[in-house]
Amino acid sequence: MAVAALEQEILSMRKRRQLYSMIGLLLVVAVLVSGYSKSNAMNSGGFIQGLSKFFDYPGEIVVEAFDAGPAFFSLVLQFVPAMMETLNIAAVATLLGGTMAVVLAMASTRNVDSWGPLIPVVRRIMDITRAFPELIIALFLIFVLGSSPVPAMIAVAFHTAGALGKLFSEVNENIDRKPIEGLSACGASWLQRIRFAVLPQVAPNYLSYFLLRLEINVRASAILGFVGAGGIGQELRRTIGWGKGAGDETAAIFVLLFITIMAIDQLSSYLRGKLVGSGRAH
Amino acid sequence: MTVDTLETPVTQALVWGQVRRRALITVALPLAVLTYLVYTWFAFGVPELLSRAQPERALILATDSVAYKVHVTKDFRHNDFKVAIEGERTATYDNAKLPKWVQIDGENGVVDLGDGYQVEIDGKTALFTIPGYGVVKGTATAKGVDTVLPDGPVPDWIKDNPRKLDVRPTLDRRLQITKTKIEVHNYFGGWENFWFPFRSPLYGMSFSQLYALALSADRMDPDTSNLWFIVNEFLKNPDWQHGKVFTALFETIMMAVLGTLTAAFFGLPLAFLVARNFTPSKLFRFGTRRLFDFLRGIDMLIWSLIFIRAFGLGPLTGALAIAFTDTGSLGKLFSEALENIDNKQVEGVRATGANQIQRYRYGVIPQILPVFVSQVLYYLESNTRSATVIGALGAGGIGLLLVETMKTSRDWENTSYIIILTIVVVIMMDQASGWLRRKLIEGK
Repeated sequence: MAVAALEQEILSMRKRRQLYSMIGLLLVVAVLVSGYSKSNAMNSGGFIQGLSKFFDYPGEIVVEAFDAGPAFFSLVLQFVPAMMETLNIAAVATLLGGTMAVVLAMASTRNVDSWGPLIPVVRRIMDITRAFPELIIALFLIFVLGSSPVPAMIAVAFHTAGALGKLFSEVNENIDRKPIEGLSACGASWLQRIRFAVLPQVAPNYLSYFLLRLEINVRASAILGFVGAGGIGQELRRTIGWGKGAGDETAAIFVLLFITIMAIDQLSSYLRGKLVGSGRAH
Repeated sequence: MTVDTLETPVTQALVWGQVRRRALITVALPLAVLTYLVYTWFAFGVPELLSRAQPERALILATDSVAYKVHVTKDFRHNDFKVAIEGERTATYDNAKLPKWVQIDGENGVVDLGDGYQVEIDGKTALFTIPGYGVVKGTATAKGVDTVLPDGPVPDWIKDNPRKLDVRPTLDRRLQITKTKIEVHNYFGGWENFWFPFRSPLYGMSFSQLYALALSADRMDPDTSNLWFIVNEFLKNPDWQHGKVFTALFETIMMAVLGTLTAAFFGLPLAFLVARNFTPSKLFRFGTRRLFDFLRGIDMLIWSLIFIRAFGLGPLTGALAIAFTDTGSLGKLFSEALENIDNKQVEGVRATGANQIQRYRYGVIPQILPVFVSQVLYYLESNTRSATVIGALGAGGIGLLLVETMKTSRDWENTSYIIILTIVVVIMMDQASGWLRRKLIEGK
């Protein structure tokens, strides 16, 4: 009797679960279908008409790049300084944002004896800096400071502080507290405990996240350049603005950007693998 | 005597060597970072930038975004007075129904700016009474402006040159005289005409009045209900363009949601082709992995530029750009999750006689589902931000609207309005996805 009732319950639970997953799946499909038809209608060019043109533009610039012949490689080299600027934006932003993130993380984890009342405040600050769209800070600073790499750098650094801060504080939560307790038994101050008990434990993970962020920030800086923050993005905007005839330069920038992003991608995933072992990428 | 042959003996030299190496690193690393920062300081041209910076623009943006001004203009060409919000033709007060602080009597007028500040306009002469300073007198002539200032040094808020007199004793009170007109600006806090345009019959109504109107049977417009009329008047407000802003926000959200879902939709099956334990064929694995790298490496910037060319402005363009890039990123993450699954569960399902599809469904999917859901939601969060940027490149949505309003820079309160809405939407998406993640993964 009891077994039958149990079986009944399990069956009904399973039915309910199946119903929920069905509803969830249907919801996703409905969003996809209605979303695409709606956005197709809102788009200025439709999907079907665009499909035939999809390869036109890449084709056009490839042909122009091909026509340029060996001169194409010197074109690629010509844009290296601009690419360097983008890399500098990303690197400085990651350095500054990462430093801020370490401070924020140390101030917001109970596990490393942060000051209690400060924890929720710092967490909210991190939430806000993380959610703040980079574009808005960049545009505002470009308006005030003029077109230059600095606005992009500050915008990216701002976001980095929040994003890395959250990841860092997650790392802090998982450390071994024994070294901290050992040091406090010797009468070490909070800063000494952080320096000699916490940092050695978290350094590999911090570095790994730092590299991952650098990779993301290179992409972000390239995009922000397009709205007027200097670097390769700005060059791209210029060559695209010229339209036909500058296709070879556009192609050169595309190639340079692709190579750089791939190189940084591979390098960072190799280094991260060395630091924390492969597998966990996020 | 025994010698430990497995471990090298610790000698003093070895310890000192290690200490020196560490000391070198702790000194050299910060120095290297510092050198790099100094180099970029000059590479970015920060000194020049600081000299070129226009901090007053930030001030303008700040004051303009929390305040609006009403212009009282005396135009000598038409010889008439005009009182208008932000000096706009569409928002001009009827001269019979002026605000209380303006009194006009034919040629002359008195503008009371509060706290003892007062401007008297008498023909072509304006007398600006400023408490604690005195009376500034300016007369427009055929050539420019004649000014009579009180004795003593000229404060820096008076800009007096023969062509134009500009007096701004406080941030919110201003008098300008040129040879063609006298203009007084009175600043008020808040956003003007936020709900309804100046010319709308609903202008200046309170919420209770609107509520009563929405429920009343007398129709403002015989063709539509009152409620619909109110909503329409609000959305079509020409100054604030609420309708357009909301549409743009919706487009941006749509880009992020569609792009992420599509990427997940294609990324998952492709990830099976990359995972070592599901695809024995090396060729397949290599090919798909390179496809992921390619999609990721091209980057959202280039994808969106290509899609803008092909599909024009709109959410579809942004959605596809996000979908293409993130199919690569998500596919890579999923494939790593697939390679790390526990094979025992799959074998257990196989032992019950399950076929391949059932093994995947009950042995594999439950193991990667948490990773799948949490990664998709993380990407959804970050893509909401990316969608604003892609929009600014020209794909449309709120990003483009923001760039456009900033370029025209006529009304900064519009820009602030869009900025605030964008931040609110992004933070809301963040919270929603965080909530969903907790709900689905931790079952809370």
